[in-house]
Amino acid sequence: MARIELDLAHAYGRNPKQDSDYALLPLRMTFEDGGAYALLGPSGCGKTTMLNIMSGLLAPSQGSVYFDGVEVTRASPQARNIAQVFQFPVIYDTMTVAENLAFPLRNRQVPKAQVDRRVAEIAEILEMSGQLNQRAANLAADEKQKISLGRGLVRPDVTAVLFDEPLTVIDPHLKWQLRRKIKQIHHDLKLTMIYVTHDQVEALTFADQVVVMTRGRAVQVGTAAELFERPGHTFVGHFIGSPGMNFLTGVAARNSFLIDPVDLPMPPSRTLPPGELKLGVRPEYVSLVAPGTPGALPMSVTQVQDVGTHVMLCASFAGQSVKARMPSDAAHFSKGDNVWLQVMTEHTCFYQNEEIVA
Amino acid sequence: MSTTIKPVNQKAWFLILPVLVCVAFSAILPLMTVVNYSVQDIISPERRVFVGTEWFAAIMRDEELHGALLRQLTFSFSVLMVELPLGILLALAMPAQGWKSSAVLVIVSLSLLIPWNVVGTIWQIFGRTDIGLMGAALQGLGIEYSYTGNATHAWLTVLLMDVWHWTPLVGLLGYAGLRSIPDAYYQAASIDGASKLAVFWYVQLPKMRGVLMIAVLLRFMDSFMIYTEPFVLTGGGPGNSTTFLSQFLTLKAVGQFDVGPAAAFSLIYFLIILLLSFILYNWMQRVGTQEKGGAHG
Amino acid sequence: MDKPAFQKRTLFLLAYIVFALLPVYWMINMSFKTNEDILSSFSLLPQHFTWANYKTILTDPSWYSGYINSLIYVGINTVISITVALPAAYAFSRFSFLGDKHVFFWLLTNRMTPPAVFLLPFFQLYSTVGLLDTHLAVAMAHLLFNVPLAVWILEGFMSGIPREIDETAYIDGYTFPVFFVKIFLPLIKAGVGVAAFFCFMFSWVELLLARTLTSVNAKPIVAIMTRTVSAAGMDWATLAAAGTLTIVPGAIVIWFVRNYIAKGFAMGRV
Repeated sequence: MARIELDLAHAYGRNPKQDSDYALLPLRMTFEDGGAYALLGPSGCGKTTMLNIMSGLLAPSQGSVYFDGVEVTRASPQARNIAQVFQFPVIYDTMTVAENLAFPLRNRQVPKAQVDRRVAEIAEILEMSGQLNQRAANLAADEKQKISLGRGLVRPDVTAVLFDEPLTVIDPHLKWQLRRKIKQIHHDLKLTMIYVTHDQVEALTFADQVVVMTRGRAVQVGTAAELFERPGHTFVGHFIGSPGMNFLTGVAARNSFLIDPVDLPMPPSRTLPPGELKLGVRPEYVSLVAPGTPGALPMSVTQVQDVGTHVMLCASFAGQSVKARMPSDAAHFSKGDNVWLQVMTEHTCFYQNEEIVA
Repeated sequence: MSTTIKPVNQKAWFLILPVLVCVAFSAILPLMTVVNYSVQDIISPERRVFVGTEWFAAIMRDEELHGALLRQLTFSFSVLMVELPLGILLALAMPAQGWKSSAVLVIVSLSLLIPWNVVGTIWQIFGRTDIGLMGAALQGLGIEYSYTGNATHAWLTVLLMDVWHWTPLVGLLGYAGLRSIPDAYYQAASIDGASKLAVFWYVQLPKMRGVLMIAVLLRFMDSFMIYTEPFVLTGGGPGNSTTFLSQFLTLKAVGQFDVGPAAAFSLIYFLIILLLSFILYNWMQRVGTQEKGGAHG
Repeated sequence: MDKPAFQKRTLFLLAYIVFALLPVYWMINMSFKTNEDILSSFSLLPQHFTWANYKTILTDPSWYSGYINSLIYVGINTVISITVALPAAYAFSRFSFLGDKHVFFWLLTNRMTPPAVFLLPFFQLYSTVGLLDTHLAVAMAHLLFNVPLAVWILEGFMSGIPREIDETAYIDGYTFPVFFVKIFLPLIKAGVGVAAFFCFMFSWVELLLARTLTSVNAKPIVAIMTRTVSAAGMDWATLAAAGTLTIVPGAIVIWFVRNYIAKGFAMGRV
């Protein structure tokens, strides 16, 4: 188990001049010992680069990595004693399950009795005790991934387990099982685990803290609730939630927000910096209200999607659109109807230059 | 072929139809002709007598055939014993990327591109003690080298020539196989603390199994049928010490102008290769899919 | 990478390169000499350097046409071999069907007979269809041993690609031809490169069939080179020059496919 600290940046070329030259913009981050973290973001955001820098497969072009306060920036993965699970199962085809699990320990010249005991323990945790003598090559993808994971766990002093989109080749109906198993192992063994994914469901269900990344930048670190309630960046608002947050542009004065031509009054407890801002509100918090209610906008319905458990209503106003998640009785609306939707709520956030300001 | 479970799909026959057409056209028709000849005594274009298995029986009794067959088996075995490990080592040593990999690829492939009669001719000169580099060098070292006079020298020279000529085939196949191993396997092995030898034995060699099987079968078959290079180099001599099976067949066919026995022998020749290849093929398949985990625990 | 192991590898590689190049160097050496020089003296470099041998080959149409003819039929053969082998290899790799293992092995059996056996039947066959002395005839005859080889090599590489990739592509909406060309082929680049080179190589050096099926119009270089044996003795010098020139097209081919062979399998990173 280890506490990992990062204070680094990574660029491809020699002399990075602008942001686009960086794979990872300068960042400082700490991953606490025993924590479960997810690195979440779309393709190319730098999450795999960060993972590889942590595991030692890549050295950052500038800055350092610390494990429990010790600098390990140029140390190999072996030296850092980490475990890594890759996108596709990596196992030794010619060995049995037991031999696969025993491999890291055998390479360290651990005595046979101890090896056998440890292998049995880990197989128990992975629920693979009955398959120890089967050839690893003949197993299904999810079992092979468990073996990959097991090889990491079998070392008692493993510092952290790093996952690089491990469910990519797993059958959809087996994904949740494997996810549950990983979470259980984290709960039981209290290892530091860092999980890279582009799937927000995976990230939000697995991790205590999620690092949301885009284009080389870590834009927010927080719990699932924090990311949902108070996205620190419009990207987080977009990316988290299905569908993501609604954004409306307008001009703020001290006590009101003007979305031409409607002026929305602000409650006394909230003040806004003046200037052009974006109002962000999640579809889950947009509600249907009586015409003229303060904080609501008169909108025209553009689309009604009945999803069964709820209805997704799309409406537009002055060229901007809003999605609202409504209970099923809203299905009676149709295109062109006039509705008033409350967008100013206690859950509404305001953004200036994409960053949250209120 | 791979051993994982595959879905059954009889329509796949359409995908292999083009291949079957090409090969059948080239193979079955001529083969039928050969079979036809092998059971006839063609005294002249007009007079053909059906003789059944008479030619086959006669050939099996031929003492000279036994000798040639033995020499051939020894030769093919030696070829495999040398070229396979050497080819694998070569594949491991070749650089993976950069300008060096391109340069080495070209250099290593040169020997494969030379027509086989030229290969024999070059080695003919190369091995001469008066005007050849190797011959002169060996003589300079004090060895009484002569591939025309000394049977052992002739044998070793033919073997060396074959190794020089064909090891790159094994090397290239192995190299392509190695390049197909995803980085993650090396990374995982490094994380697991594996030594270089362990990486070779547990990652590289298993992943090269497919290409190595092709290499083994190709080298076995081609060495069993070898004709041009030894014929040009030594003419089969001294005596018949380097007369292998293919040359033996040609001598019989051409020397005796008898199509019948030649055709019969061709079929037997084919059947021997078929049998041995089949055994090799199945043995290698089984080695790859043992039920017990590898014996190298 | 530990230092001692690295040095051993480099040493071995250098040793092999020397071994590989020595006879080639000797051949090139010979190609710049005259026959008298070759037969009379031993010299590491030509004592009387001469371009005469190359001049003979490059100016005499009956010589250089050989190269052109060879290039033509080898090119045709390689293209056909790879094209028909790709779908077949895919079928063998991905599906199980009636007789699959037997057909697979049968393909290789076509390489198990000395070509000498096929000379007469092939001659009669192509004579009957009027294709004697054409590039097409040789190209087709060589399909006999090249197609099975291409199928074997390609199947080996295809089987190394997890089937999940095919399935993901179908889920993503790709049709089979688009998936095959845009996604699958790049993944098996190494196999295609090796298969193409081997088809080229085996067809390029094949002598018996090529010589038997051609006479004037499509005579390949390998056959023309046997002209160097005459009553006057062996024309070593010209043969050496011809041999040296023979390497050039093959070297170019391997140069072109080098990226295919060396890049190998790259699992896409998301």
